[in-house]
Amino acid sequence: MTIPLLGLIVFTPAVGAAALMFVRNDDVVRWMALGVTVLDFVLCIAMLGGFDTSTHEMQFTETRPWVPALGITYTLGIDGISAPFVFLTALLGWISVLASWVAIDRKVKEFMVSLLAMQALMLGVFCALDLFLFYVFWEAMLIPMYLIIGVWGGDGRVYAAFKFFLYTLAGSLMFLIGIIMLYFHGGETFDIRTLMAQDLPFQVQSWLFFAFLIAFAVKVPMVPVHTWLPDAHVQAPTAGSIILAAVLLKMGAYGFLRFSLPMLPEATVHYSTLMLVLSAVAIVYGGLLALAQDDLKKLVAYSSISHMGLVTLGIFTLNLRGLEGGILQMFNHGVTTGALFLSVGLIYERTHTRSIADYGGLMKAAPVYTAFLALFTLSSMALPGTNSFVGELLVLSGAFAANLAVGAAAVLGALLGAAYLLRMYRKVALGPASIGVRFKIRDVNAREMAAILPLAVFVLWIGLYPKPFLEIIDASVKHLLAQVHGKGGAQ
Amino acid sequence: MDPVISIRPLLAVAVAGLAALAVLLLNNREKLRDVVSPLAAITMFAIVASMAPTVLAGGTVDLRLFEILPGIDFAFRVDALGMVFATVSSLLWIVASIYSIGYMRHLNEHAQTRFFACFAASLAAAVGGAFAANLFTLVIFYEVLSLVTYPLVYHHEDEEGWTGSRKYLVYLMGASKSVLLAALALTYQIAGSLDFVAGGLLAGANASAPLLTVVYFCYLFGFAKAAVMPMHAWLPAAMVAPTPVSALLHAVAVVKMGVFCVLRVVFHVFGAGLVGGLGLGIATAYVVSFTILMASIYALTRDDLKARLAYSTVSQLSYIVLGAVLLSPAAMVGGIIHIAAHAFSKITLFFCAGSIYCASGKRNISDMAGIGRRLPWTMGAFFVGSLSMIGVPPAAGFISKWYLALGSVEAGETPFLIVLLISSVLNAAYFLPVSYAAFFGTEAEECPATVREIPMLTIPLVATAILSVAMGIFPDYFLALAERVVR
Repeated sequence: MTIPLLGLIVFTPAVGAAALMFVRNDDVVRWMALGVTVLDFVLCIAMLGGFDTSTHEMQFTETRPWVPALGITYTLGIDGISAPFVFLTALLGWISVLASWVAIDRKVKEFMVSLLAMQALMLGVFCALDLFLFYVFWEAMLIPMYLIIGVWGGDGRVYAAFKFFLYTLAGSLMFLIGIIMLYFHGGETFDIRTLMAQDLPFQVQSWLFFAFLIAFAVKVPMVPVHTWLPDAHVQAPTAGSIILAAVLLKMGAYGFLRFSLPMLPEATVHYSTLMLVLSAVAIVYGGLLALAQDDLKKLVAYSSISHMGLVTLGIFTLNLRGLEGGILQMFNHGVTTGALFLSVGLIYERTHTRSIADYGGLMKAAPVYTAFLALFTLSSMALPGTNSFVGELLVLSGAFAANLAVGAAAVLGALLGAAYLLRMYRKVALGPASIGVRFKIRDVNAREMAAILPLAVFVLWIGLYPKPFLEIIDASVKHLLAQVHGKGGAQ
Repeated sequence: MDPVISIRPLLAVAVAGLAALAVLLLNNREKLRDVVSPLAAITMFAIVASMAPTVLAGGTVDLRLFEILPGIDFAFRVDALGMVFATVSSLLWIVASIYSIGYMRHLNEHAQTRFFACFAASLAAAVGGAFAANLFTLVIFYEVLSLVTYPLVYHHEDEEGWTGSRKYLVYLMGASKSVLLAALALTYQIAGSLDFVAGGLLAGANASAPLLTVVYFCYLFGFAKAAVMPMHAWLPAAMVAPTPVSALLHAVAVVKMGVFCVLRVVFHVFGAGLVGGLGLGIATAYVVSFTILMASIYALTRDDLKARLAYSTVSQLSYIVLGAVLLSPAAMVGGIIHIAAHAFSKITLFFCAGSIYCASGKRNISDMAGIGRRLPWTMGAFFVGSLSMIGVPPAAGFISKWYLALGSVEAGETPFLIVLLISSVLNAAYFLPVSYAAFFGTEAEECPATVREIPMLTIPLVATAILSVAMGIFPDYFLALAERVVR
């Protein structure tokens, strides 16, 4: 009997969460949560070690009947498109625990339980190959995230949590309707692989495309359904922001890749121009909003809207470079924005202000911290040599092939990115040392270093040698393109 | 001739990179720290020089490290054009590192560790760019150069420093994150690669003429370090940096990186055939001619010596581009060797400006009357540098201008011959009054006797002045390299 590796990866955090409920000491809770997430990460590395990059087929599949009467099964499996995000989720799992080590000082146990539950559900989303199972994970995620924002958040946490919940719930309802429709039109099955092979009429595809679009657009988020994001980010504790930005936002884009493109190829091709335009709007609008922010978290949040616009832009170019760039950019955004929120969190713990105007001359007080901040800022603005540049170049190259005007808009977004990020860095790190003196800021300690260093490694690694990452996704992306264009006609 | 596979290109970059690290680590041991830079400079020059015979014989030194994306490697290739840039940068770093120590110590500047570390890192980036085998690798070093020179520009950390450095970054990053990025993505999309190819990567590419024209101008203005108007304003703003920075970086490494990139694009991305065929050469020639003349006129109006030198640099950089885009063999040779000629002469002039400032605290030309009697070596070197910039034989500038003039006749484009002549007159008009006032001007009050030559500054500037003349008399090395590029 083979070891159900994916099942282990998904349920290790869940079991950990259950076990944590019986622990009383806060320190033990922290160490246990760290142990569980690190174990999960190790399992994940083992999984990647056995991952076959030469095939687009689902790997590590495991399946058990669940509700046979409705054709619902418990089926897990990953391909080149989901594998990077399983890894990303597991990576940020233990980083989130480290980021909450001292920042969360009340109801530690409850927090860690929520965090671990969240991780299990997110991993479940990326691994599920049964649509019903997927939906269960997808919906259930709302609850721990709601708690993380609503209980451990800032002053406006209740409003933000509620807004987050309402937006995503509204989107999810459309998703549910879509799933039911797909179930009946797709041969009464929930098996994602079977559904991908169906040839639905264009009319049905169109309806489903828009039902899914609403659901996924809220998650990405795309303009104009993005307004929950800044509130959620500003109010969430650091770990919440990291998870939200690094993993949760990827789910919308992942939904497009897993459902819209392969299952609804004709509709996808038909509406791709609309999607390109929406993405371009998000890129530019998000960038402009970020330019106007004084709150560090809001700035990163709005930059996320812009950067996720680049992701959806890449996906809907429907060519190889665009898609690979889009997926790589999803991973990059996870690493970089996760790191930026972590950096903001670290400094907020020391100063209790997020206003850029309060900062200045941080480099003198905390040179190591500032060096990391510089690296992540440069990564976020996609400087050549960092991870985002590779993704950006691929996406833009794909975008120019698809539509010159949209490509030009994306370039404008890149310029805006450089503007707001460099402005932020200059005001925070350089200039007269105001806040450093006032708060006697200490530099990063060993725990913080352990959280921040791995992300820095990925920034440079993908920036200079993205080949291993691209190899993982390559076969699956090519297969996905064949699915889209095979049924959707010529490009 | 088969390429020589060697690790030396990487070593040359690594020497400067490690020097930057060593400087940081030796933060508290000033004497030891200050030895690092000259040592690294000499080592780097030796490594670069060791590759010269291969390149002069028509070969290349290659090092392919790893694949970044399909069609894009992280790779070095030392060819004749890169050799010109690398030789000049590494040779002048030796002199500049000694000058910097003298300058920084004399003024008792703050943050000297940061200064020397960034300085060494800049050289690593410049030489890395010179040896880059494709646009991707080149652009990585190009951006690193922008970043590591930024702290050098805001070095003084005063109001002026923040304003100037802000402008510096806005121009350089703004250009590269907009038009340059678009040009790169479009090139990759059209050609499927970003390699430098003899005769042009895009030659024979399946793309429309308007699109290629757009890509070309995106490169020309995207490489803002070349300071082609209107992308020039960062250069005068960068003059808030300490003078050694202005000398080596903003007269040699940084700006030459800009024109070097433009030359790469003209020769090895588009290729002379395509640039000529699309009529881009002549269009560019008019753009840069405007820059040549306008910048000279700006220079005339500046009383601050460094500002005048900065505008002169803007003007002279466009000479290099002009030579390349005229596309006749002689003009291209002239453009390429002007990289070296301008470097030797302009670094001399900046060294002199720094020397005057250290000795007397004076920045404005109008205050320098009679200073030549106190600083004869400095002002003598300044005179030599000026003559070279004006193009008076036997100084280096004469050789490049001669080839440029010959080339514009050869190309049948006499308007640019006239541009060259007018600009030479303008050069004389803004340089010679400085020397005249220094030696023959009389000031109301006599220059105090405390104003005297500082050996650690004077020796390097005399050395570069000698280099300026020596290159004019023995131009063979650079001519041979330039002819390799053109051939």
